[in-house]
Amino acid sequence: MNRNWKEYQKEIADDRYYYARSCIRQNFFPGSEKAFLDIMRNDLGRDCFDDPLHTSCTGIGYHADIVPLDTIMAVVARQFALMGEAGYENFISSCITSFGIYTEILATWEEFPETEERARENLYKATGRTLVKPKNLSHTSDVVFHHREAIAARARHRLVNVLTGEPLRVVEHIGCHYAKIFPKSGVGGSEFPYVLAGMIESWGGECVDYPERRHCCGFGFRNYLVQANRGYSVANTQKKMESMAPYKPDFIVANCPGCAMFLDKWQYTIAEMEGTTYGENGHGIPVLTYEEMAGLVLGYDPWALGMQMHQVDVEPLLDKMGIEYDPAAKYLGMNGKYIGQPASAIVNCGSQDTIYNIKQ
Amino acid sequence: MAAMNFGFGINRPRVIDLDRNNLRKSDEILREMPELQTCIGCGACTALCTAGNLTSFNFRRVHTLVRRGEYEGAYEEMNKCMLCGKCRLACPRGINTRGVVMLIKRKLGDF
Amino acid sequence: MARRVIIVGGGVAGIQTALTLSQRGIPTLLLERESELGGKLTGWHKLFPSFTPAHEVLDELRQRLNGSGVEVRTQCEVCHVERSGVTLASGERLAADAVVVTTGFTLFDARVKEEYGYGIYDNVYTTADIERMLNEGRVAMRDGSAPRRIAFLHCVGSRDEKVCQHHCSKVCCITGVKQAMELKEMFPEADVFNFYMDIRMFGPGYEEMYRDAQQRLNIHFVRGRISEASPTLDGRVQIKAEDTLTGRPLKMSVDMLILIIGMRSNASNAVFAADAGLQCQPSGFLAPRDLFLHNTESNVGGIFYAGAVTAPKNIGESLSEAVVAADRVTEYLKRA
Repeated sequence: MNRNWKEYQKEIADDRYYYARSCIRQNFFPGSEKAFLDIMRNDLGRDCFDDPLHTSCTGIGYHADIVPLDTIMAVVARQFALMGEAGYENFISSCITSFGIYTEILATWEEFPETEERARENLYKATGRTLVKPKNLSHTSDVVFHHREAIAARARHRLVNVLTGEPLRVVEHIGCHYAKIFPKSGVGGSEFPYVLAGMIESWGGECVDYPERRHCCGFGFRNYLVQANRGYSVANTQKKMESMAPYKPDFIVANCPGCAMFLDKWQYTIAEMEGTTYGENGHGIPVLTYEEMAGLVLGYDPWALGMQMHQVDVEPLLDKMGIEYDPAAKYLGMNGKYIGQPASAIVNCGSQDTIYNIKQ
Repeated sequence: MAAMNFGFGINRPRVIDLDRNNLRKSDEILREMPELQTCIGCGACTALCTAGNLTSFNFRRVHTLVRRGEYEGAYEEMNKCMLCGKCRLACPRGINTRGVVMLIKRKLGDF
Repeated sequence: MARRVIIVGGGVAGIQTALTLSQRGIPTLLLERESELGGKLTGWHKLFPSFTPAHEVLDELRQRLNGSGVEVRTQCEVCHVERSGVTLASGERLAADAVVVTTGFTLFDARVKEEYGYGIYDNVYTTADIERMLNEGRVAMRDGSAPRRIAFLHCVGSRDEKVCQHHCSKVCCITGVKQAMELKEMFPEADVFNFYMDIRMFGPGYEEMYRDAQQRLNIHFVRGRISEASPTLDGRVQIKAEDTLTGRPLKMSVDMLILIIGMRSNASNAVFAADAGLQCQPSGFLAPRDLFLHNTESNVGGIFYAGAVTAPKNIGESLSEAVVAADRVTEYLKRA
């Protein structure tokens, strides 16, 4: 129906990836990056190098005005140099902020070759390494998109409500730095990004096209980092939630570490501050990363995917998808050790012991 | 029990939402004085406004907001007008600007 | 013996050029790509600022043409233009002593402005769609119901660097006002909004018409460019703009969003220019020798222009220019 979604196609490498991690995801969505590596290596048989030498891209510092351009260029040059040393040419980034940084810096080097020379020189002086530019730069969601049919062929569960047989209604959120900086760098461009929509459709779900679909989640780096500014940040998520709620989405899937975190955690904040929730039965709307979505489709255990770390409980979604899980194992870590349990919260419709009762 | 305090409030939208605003008063005003629609936003009225040069009063902005259904504070703003009539001399569309002030005050006295 | 002139393009400019030349006894061949003459005017309903039915103008031009002795060939696409004649898509070569290029313009393809969702969301239309619907006698939303809230957006594909259209298409402002008035009269209960960057009322009676739209028909004009359209749950369209005169963002849902599309230069202009050594303007429209005394002549002797092939123009201007072009061709043939 929507031909524009398919008009922008980018080249995505098929195998032999150099994997650059996100610096925040392992705290908030701790199973997602491991799930990506497992899916690529074990389910799809792809070569994905997870290099212990690589670092944060320093993008958050850059966007918060504390890391200068020359510094971040040298850091990025180092990441690329490490890729070259490891014998890879396809650089994949697990973070939209980083992906935006890599895209922007490669474009800057293209437009202003003297900046590339300077970065090359700085890198050599600081580390003795030699800059190699990647042949292909993709975000890890691009890679999952690229393999979406292979994943669909191995699916243990589909994005379908097992009770009704209806496709699940999914809100996808792309993240500003995926394609708003360079529309051609994203699958589907910036107005009609297809990267998550393509996965959702291939795996049996249905995308929700709601009015504030393209609106920012509100992260905004320095806007969030300063406490006094957070009211502006949370207001953006609120605007999106209010716009999507009438469509009754079953879950949200986000492309970007920051977006997944804020769409999830701000639901808690809004509920605690104003008593408003946006999902079914007074719950929040579960927020997934695309790796978690792929992992559930492939039959991974939700607790192995780290979904107990979400602010909004995912159990209603698991039930809809017909996924079996052990409720008692939710807060048991890797070795069966109890990892602690969050206090009850309005978004999860928990007991109202700490909060005024808004559910009456 | 009070809501949780995180040390910040949630910003309210600044948007003029024409799906939510009630345009009934605005429609009444435009029906009584259709010439107000011919405003082309040139600002001649505001440039030489006695009140607007010394206070935050902006006649053009206030009547435009009223036409969009943003009534809050409009009555108080229009009270700043001294009815000197210079704006009416300047308006290239010949709008009875003093009449607009009086009409808005009459219609929106209770907002 | 009289010399032959070929006119490329059978819109109003081409027809009028042919008529004037044939009145002067000059053998004229009028070539048209489509199966009927009339160009863009064929699909139009009424003309600003007088609401004259477009067919009245076309009917009279066609009638005059019938008794004129002008040779007309339709379904003839011209691929190459030279001072000595033209070559058709079929490969056929037609010799001439002078050529007048009256190929007009291309309507901007609104799908290029993806953010407005034309061709994607229901109830997003272009001004060309509205003219067609007016001709068919039925303007309605996709589900057949009458619109209660209509928004027009000016400058779609004009004055927009993002789509390589730096120029002003000139006639769209008044087209937007005209259609807003037509729809308001058709749906008196509906609220009609025009979102504009500037309103450019360049012609006689245009400003008066704009004022009439505001004062008599209560059409709302909001100075601000719609930056995004999205579908709503009930199949309408949510739009966002800034109300720049109040300095606040503005959003609303509408039943119909109508994109006032501009004029793009024809892709064929560059081909003709390369073949014959003609000059193009940065906008892609062909460049006349100058804008004053030689505005219907190209930089190549024997090749002439009339109408919107050199710049956006209205019907009256195109018709007048056609007469001037015929005059210049006559002079040229005398000298040659």
